[in-house]
This record gives sequence, C-alpha cells and structure tokens, in this order.
Amino acid sequence: MEELQELLKTYPANRHSLLRILQAAQRQMGYLPGEALREVASYVGVSPAEVYGVATFYNQFRFIPYGTHHTVVCLGTACHAMGGQLILDAFERELDIKAGEITPDHEWSLDRVGCIGCCTKAPVVVMNDAINAKMTPFKVEEVLAGLGLQLKRSTDSEGEEAGEREPQ
Amino acid sequence: MHLKSPDDLEQFRTRILEKRKAQDTKKRVVLCTGTGCRGAGALDVYDAFKKALGNKSDIEFKTTCCHGFCERGPITIIEPEGIFYQRVTPETVPQIIAETVKKDQMIEELLYQDPQTEEAIPAEKDIPFYKKQNRLVFGHNRLIDPTQIEDYLAVGGYQALVKALFSMSPEEIIAEVKSSGLRGRGGGGFPAGRKWESCSQAPGDVRYVICNCDEGDPGAYMDRSLMEGNPHRVLEGMIIGAYAIGAHEGYVYVRHEYPLAVENVGIAIEQAHKMGFLGENILGSGFDFDVTISKGGGAFVAGESTALMASIEGYVAEPRAKYIHTVESGLWDKPTNLNNVETWANVPVIIEKGAEWYSKIGTEGSKGTKIFSLVGKINNTGLIEVPMGMTLREIVYDIGGGIPDGKRFKAVQTGGPSGGCIPEEMLDLPVDFDALTEAGSMMGSGGMIVMDESTCMVDVAKYFTNFLKDESCGKCTSCRDGTLRMYEILDRITKGEGKEGDIELLEEIGWTTTEASLCALGGTAANPVLSTIRYFRDEYEAHIKDKRCPAGVCPALITYTIDAEACIACGKCKKECPTKAITGEKKVPHEIVQAKCIKCGTCKEVCPVDAVKVE
Repeated sequence: MEELQELLKTYPANRHSLLRILQAAQRQMGYLPGEALREVASYVGVSPAEVYGVATFYNQFRFIPYGTHHTVVCLGTACHAMGGQLILDAFERELDIKAGEITPDHEWSLDRVGCIGCCTKAPVVVMNDAINAKMTPFKVEEVLAGLGLQLKRSTDSEGEEAGEREPQ
Repeated sequence: MHLKSPDDLEQFRTRILEKRKAQDTKKRVVLCTGTGCRGAGALDVYDAFKKALGNKSDIEFKTTCCHGFCERGPITIIEPEGIFYQRVTPETVPQIIAETVKKDQMIEELLYQDPQTEEAIPAEKDIPFYKKQNRLVFGHNRLIDPTQIEDYLAVGGYQALVKALFSMSPEEIIAEVKSSGLRGRGGGGFPAGRKWESCSQAPGDVRYVICNCDEGDPGAYMDRSLMEGNPHRVLEGMIIGAYAIGAHEGYVYVRHEYPLAVENVGIAIEQAHKMGFLGENILGSGFDFDVTISKGGGAFVAGESTALMASIEGYVAEPRAKYIHTVESGLWDKPTNLNNVETWANVPVIIEKGAEWYSKIGTEGSKGTKIFSLVGKINNTGLIEVPMGMTLREIVYDIGGGIPDGKRFKAVQTGGPSGGCIPEEMLDLPVDFDALTEAGSMMGSGGMIVMDESTCMVDVAKYFTNFLKDESCGKCTSCRDGTLRMYEILDRITKGEGKEGDIELLEEIGWTTTEASLCALGGTAANPVLSTIRYFRDEYEAHIKDKRCPAGVCPALITYTIDAEACIACGKCKKECPTKAITGEKKVPHEIVQAKCIKCGTCKEVCPVDAVKVE
C-alpha cells in the first residue's frame, strides 16, 4: 500500500481524478483489493461505497488478481457471428472456471470483452496480451496445451487405434 | 522546433518536402502495424524486416496503421512502385528484400489475386476492394507513420488550421461546416454545424470540446483506426472546432481497450505541443487551446454524450435527461460540444476544400463519405470508405466480394447493438442516415456485419439483447427491465421453450422500452428484436412452433450426426471430442452419442471429409 500512497500523490485529490487513479492503481497492482479502494476513497474525499460504485460500474476494473495466464475472449458482433460463444465455452470447459473467474492455483484467469475491434480476424481471443486470431474450439485446446495445461480429454492414443479408411 | 507563424509552418513543410523529393526514387518498405494486421502477425514481420535490413540506410523502412483491407494483413507496400503485398509472413521477408527491393522483381504469390479472373494485381488502387471507395478521410493512413508529425505535414496537414485561424472568422467557419451538410458520424447524425453554432452562442465564458473515441459498438473499429493511424487529423479538426466555438480546453475520451490509440494520440498531442499547434498562441494567432486524454473504463453507455461527460468528471457513466442540451450545459455544467472521431476528421477537408466541394459528395440529406467496418460472413473484410448513398449491394458484392463458401446472403446488421438487420430484398437500399432509419435500422457508428444463411436471426437478436442488458446503466426501469425480459424470452425461444404469444410480447416490451427510456441506448435497444421480427418472423415461428432452428445454430434445437457413408473412420473426431461422445472402431464409421454431445462443433471442425452434419 506504500506504493499506492506514492502513486496517489501524483494526482490532484479531486473527483475528476477518480477514474484515472483507479486505472493507475489497477495498473500498479493488477487488480483493486478492498484496501486500495478505501485508500483511494479517503484520498479523493468520497465514501468507499461511492468508489466501489464507480469501480463496479466500469468493466475495466477487477477485484480479483490476474492468473499467470490471462485470457480475454472477444464476444463482439463479428466474433459472435463467427462462433465466439463456442470459444468461450471451450475455455470455460477446459479451465473449469466461468468468465470473470480465476483457477484456485492462480495459474489461469478468464474474462470476456464486448469487442476489441479486431473484427476481421474473428473470432479472436487475447491471451497474455497477444491476439490469437480465427480461433476454433480445437485451437483453444491446442493453445492451452501449449501453455502447459493438462487437457480434460485423455491424451492417450485411443483415437488412433481406429485407424484409417480410404475415402470412398 | 516551435512554429510561431504560418510562414514558419510553410518553410518547415517545404524543407520536409524537398528532403523527401530528393529521396523519392529510393526504395521504401511500408508495413501496416495496425491492430488488424497485428492480429495477423505484423509484429513478427516487423522484427523480420528490422533484422534483415539491419541499420543499412539505403532502404527506408516505415510502419503505418490501418490501410483497411485487414482481411489480407499483414500488408506491405513497396514504394515508389506501390507494389501491394498481402499476407506477408516473416519467412517471406528475405525474399521480398532480395527480389523486389533489390532487383525490382515482383513476387506473384504475395500479390492480391482477383478471385474471378485469377489475375494477380500489383497495385492497391486496382484491387476491386479499393476501386469503388472514396478514401477522403481514411486515405492518408497508408502514407503516415502516426508517430511522425512530419508525415502528416507532408500530406498537407494543418493547412486547414492555418486557413481557419488566419483567414476565417469563427462565424465563417461555423457557416462553412453548416453548409457542408456534415452530420455527426457517431450515430445520431445531428448536423455538426448546428451543434457548433448552439454551443458557441450559449452563455458562459468557459466552453469545452470533446472527441468521442469510446467506440463501443461491437463490430465497428473505424474510430480506432483513425485515431491510431492519423491522430493529427483528428486533433486538427478539434482545434478548428475549438476556435470556431471559443473553447480553450478539449478532451479526447478513448476506450481503455484501445491501447495503441491511447498511445498514438498521446504522442500526437505531445508533438503538436512542441511544434506550436497546441498550447498558447497557436502559430502566433493569439488562440490558446489544449487537449487532455481521458481513458474510458469500459462501459458501452459511456459513448452517450451526457454519460461520457459524467465519466470525465469521475462519476459512473449514467446519461441524464437532455431537455437542457449539453451544448448549453455539459461538462462541469459548461457549454460543451462533443463530436465523434470521424466527424472531427472530416473538418479539415471541409475547411480546406470548402463546403461547396464537400457537399457534392453524398445524398440530399447525408453529405460526404462514411467509413464502415465490413465484417462477418463476407469475403473481403475490412474498413471501407464510400460516398453516402452507395447501395448495400455494391458494398456487399463489389467491394466485399460476396459471401464465402458459396453460401447465400441473409442480412446485414448495421448500427451496432441498437441497430437492425436489413434483409436480402432491401439490398438496393442506398446507404445514408435517413434510408437506414426508415428501414428500421440506423447508421450508428458504421458497423456492417454481414450474415449468411448459417446465421440464426433469433440468436442474433438474443446476442444483442444480452449485450444491451449487460450494458444498460440501470437508471430507467423500461431499459433495465425491458432488455432483461426480452433477453429471457429470446433465451427461452432459442432453447425450444417458446410459447404462443411470445412474439407479440416481445413487440410490446420492445415498444415500451423504446418509448419510455431516457437515452439513445434504451431508445434503440429494441431495434435488434423488432427489426428481426419485422423481416424474419418465420424464423421466430420455426423456433416457437416447430422447435427448429432453420440456420442450425441454437444448440438446444440442433443435433450433430456423422454421415456413415462419408465417414472414413479416421478417428480424428473421436480423439478430439472433449466429452468422448464419439464411438467407432477401426474401419467402422463413427457415431455421436447424443446424450454426451455438448455441441461444441469440434468434430465438424476436425473432420477431413466434412462428414459431420448439423440439423
């Protein structure tokens, strides 16, 4: 919280600064713990409830930390039309959390966003700040496995036993 | 370098142009690193070019933001010949340098190929996607590195500002903008000149101008691309507007989801300050003006003007009743003029070329050009700028190249979440503010999401209503509860639990939401529902009466099956199925156990012979 105190001093202590302070505080800490909201409230001179009200109104603010790997699934119109919901479903299924949650080991967190404006590459997800374009449920598994997640479906070679049959 | 007069500016510009002319015949590599191209790997291509070119200075390497044809990104242009390379990868970079840059040989595989004639097209202007466009506002993007103010000056930047400050009075500027017929590009379409006039005449000493870059419409990204790619043009428009209105402070409100736009406009403001386009005594004219960036917190409703102003003040972004207009009492209760990014970007060209010239473009009621983001089920996705009045057919087929995979066009959704869906029989509709409103949709900020026969219109209505219910600020009951109830009904319908009378109930709630809500969000929130009922009632009825989703989208109403004839029993789907719902042995066609199937679509995606069917 000492760092937050230093940060607060760089902003004028007035209502106009509130959003900017919350944004800077979140950048510093990764999320906004209750204690930080109270500090900001006393600095700006409004009630903690008021600060909490503002912070919860805007989608940007989080009250739980990010996982080591943070994924944001875009559900903009273009992404929706191209199957974005299936992508979110795939992440929720594999990570076993809902959008807005974090895994108990704090490795993975998941969010959704209205639109990141990368519509020509729909459906897209942003993983650790990198854009993954033209996603499919299968690619979700691939990407997660690439980052070290043990996938839900077994990785044994059952499927391969079925063997190949020539196209008819 | 601080410019103290128009002469200083012209001398500086002449020096830039002379320097550039001397290098005109030199090879230049121009790479688009806008967000669209970044999504396609442009930053890796950037690294590859940097590595391959090293610090050798005989070849200039330059980055720009969005050129528009994002579908084909990363885009690279080789100047001075203007060779247009698409889908460039880091692997092709050494080849580009060795063959095209050094030996003037074109690499056929990287050129755009006309889908009809299969002919390779080397120059951007000859590509069908660009041919019918009029890139009045957006065209300079490809020439400008947004972090270099010299690039903007080289294309004539800040010339309009000089004309406005030194040879026009504020009243003359307002009259010019009025007679140009410019209407607000953010959605409402209110005449910009009239807004400026009211603000300039409102009583008070302090006035503000605001640039709205809270582009929350999902599926639209033209404001981002302008702000990222040509921020000085937006600033120039704002400074002219501020001078006309008599404001000395301005705000740029940008979504935090657009980090590159925030960065680039920040750099532009700093440069404009250093050079004397912002700050005190701009170019020696005696006019003072400053701009501050305000980052949005991710609330769709913050794009509404009164909500946006509340947000700048540090409050929740709730709209207020507008019986007192913001031009009289806006930010901190002072007269405030808010325009959207694209509107501001139109101002310099109006001042430079004059209202008479500008108003020749477009239709009777809608002048100039409009940038649309053409996305969804269409071949050429990207940003397009066309004169107002072009028909949807020309946009979808001539520029957009039609629907992929031989599928049939179904509808185009315009106007963002509060817009509507326009069906096939209205493809010859000329696109302007009034025609779209008449068709039950709206211009909005210019999103155009194309839908084909595999798009379920009830699902689309549910999607937008879900979005709006989440984004409703909750102030008005009609909007807060109206969007929620409509969503619940639509959700039921898509789950096969629709009842007789649901359509009528949706219409009634929709009407109430429209009539009883305070701001434009609530006032238009029912559009997606009402317009899809208006044009696609049969699809609603199929869901409700036959419990069938004709487009094969709604999970509860569809089944995935494997065509035993087509299945080659390769085991791919069986291996990849996340719930192990697929059975089948070696050389035996696979089957889906319906009880286990979660309808995720993986099997259909991995099947090499398209044997998975959806019904």
